[in-house]
Amino acid sequence: MEMHLLAIDWMLFAEKLVLIAIIIFASLGIALYTTFAERKVAAILQDRPGPNRAGPFGLLQPFADGLKLIMKEEIIPNHANKWLFILGPGLAMTAALMTCAVIPWGDKVVLFGRNIALQIADVNIGILYVFAVVSLGVYGIMIGGWASNNKFSLMAALRGASQAISYELAMGLSLIALLMLTGTLQLGEIVKQQMQAGHYWNIVYQPLGFLIFIICAFAECNRTPFDLPESENELNMGFHQEYSSMKLGFYLFSEYVNMFISSVIMATLFFGGYDVPFFDEAAHANWGNWLALIGVASIMIKAVIFIFIFMWVRWTIPRFRYDQLMNLGWKKLVPLALINMLITGAVILYFNK
Amino acid sequence: MQALTTRAKAVDRRPMTFLERLYLWNILKGMLITFSHIFKKQPTIQYPEQKRPFSPVFRGLHVLNRDEEGRERCTACGLCAVACPAEAITMEAAERLPGEENLYREEKYAARYEINMLRCIFCGLCEEACPKDAIYLSETFAPASFTRQSFIYGKPDLLIPDPKTQPAELAAAKGLS
Repeated sequence: MEMHLLAIDWMLFAEKLVLIAIIIFASLGIALYTTFAERKVAAILQDRPGPNRAGPFGLLQPFADGLKLIMKEEIIPNHANKWLFILGPGLAMTAALMTCAVIPWGDKVVLFGRNIALQIADVNIGILYVFAVVSLGVYGIMIGGWASNNKFSLMAALRGASQAISYELAMGLSLIALLMLTGTLQLGEIVKQQMQAGHYWNIVYQPLGFLIFIICAFAECNRTPFDLPESENELNMGFHQEYSSMKLGFYLFSEYVNMFISSVIMATLFFGGYDVPFFDEAAHANWGNWLALIGVASIMIKAVIFIFIFMWVRWTIPRFRYDQLMNLGWKKLVPLALINMLITGAVILYFNK
Repeated sequence: MQALTTRAKAVDRRPMTFLERLYLWNILKGMLITFSHIFKKQPTIQYPEQKRPFSPVFRGLHVLNRDEEGRERCTACGLCAVACPAEAITMEAAERLPGEENLYREEKYAARYEINMLRCIFCGLCEEACPKDAIYLSETFAPASFTRQSFIYGKPDLLIPDPKTQPAELAAAKGLS
């Protein structure tokens, strides 16, 4: 009896390991090609062809970039704190990748007679977990900037930390309104609610919440117009100025992983996750695994659209000044999120009386 | 104040309207502008494969000319070197010996003729100064190199192929074949 209780479900263990490997490698691969897409989108928006020499249509460009970064000399400054200097980029990357654990990538798949959920962990505090891990990402910037022992890096790191903390607040407040509607923090549950017949995507109920969320997501990912931590013109290169080789690559890469993950989270929370619009999944249950694959394709397409919006904004508008950034965060977005919360609460109370 | 040109546009210093203060509307307008650029024609020329045609007055690398019988036209008078504002041309004259009439057109010729392409400013004054139609500026430019020495072009680099003994090379150099 004791033995039975202690027995580990090895199959579940293996299944989760495989799923983690697939999702991590897929995220990294998508981030790899996001760097390429960024350069292409930038080029096309500026009437240029973009990178087109490495491989057909320049498709091998990200590998060439990666190879170049790996081949570069690894420099650790004399006065840098060696351990923290190495820990910084590692932490940034880990935090960026950890978020994908709670995202529902699709419905169940039946393989070898087992029901495999396409989600690593359906924890009941999914969104809280996401917030916790995203906050950890600040440490990557902070530690990297501090360990460099360079004034510019430290200033950029401080900017990054205060920016991330300020915008997390508005982000959290905008989500509270959404959570009042869903009544759950579980991401899988939120998606299932949006898939129900007669229930629209959350964007219909929370347009203002989504607007605040997407602005904060830009700030959290350190993307233009909020890329103050790496503002080239006033802080040289920002918090990763002293970094070279693959450590720099990790910082740059974690930004793209972050971008992908926040795109997926936006798709999950506001745009129905793996729900295909105008298509009744429940009526086609006999499609089996194909249905789950269509769901995965659906969430990926939504994520790609969001990534494009990220880039589109980056190559359109200039950077905010620091005081403008703080004004927008504290004086505009936070009150707006609070008002949104109040209105949502009032509407819920009115319909539930 | 009167505007200095007709194109000058006065700066609008009115306070921002509510819509402008929201930023979002203007950001959206900007995004629409960048989006419209997706459909615009790219002016890029894919250089090594595609080349922009030179204008007919383009002044490129020098060539030393030969006449129809393949004899060098240059008589080493030194007018080109005098005309050169960058002092890029050096030459040494020599007297034509009996039996060399098929090589050199005049009794005197340039034994050494060098142009330093790093000094040359491609003004074309040498071409204008030459009384013998011996030096011309072609429609190519000096290729990149790693050493300064390789930019000093001597007679073998500058002389055009002999129209009698190397007609195919001459046609190729003229871009005819």
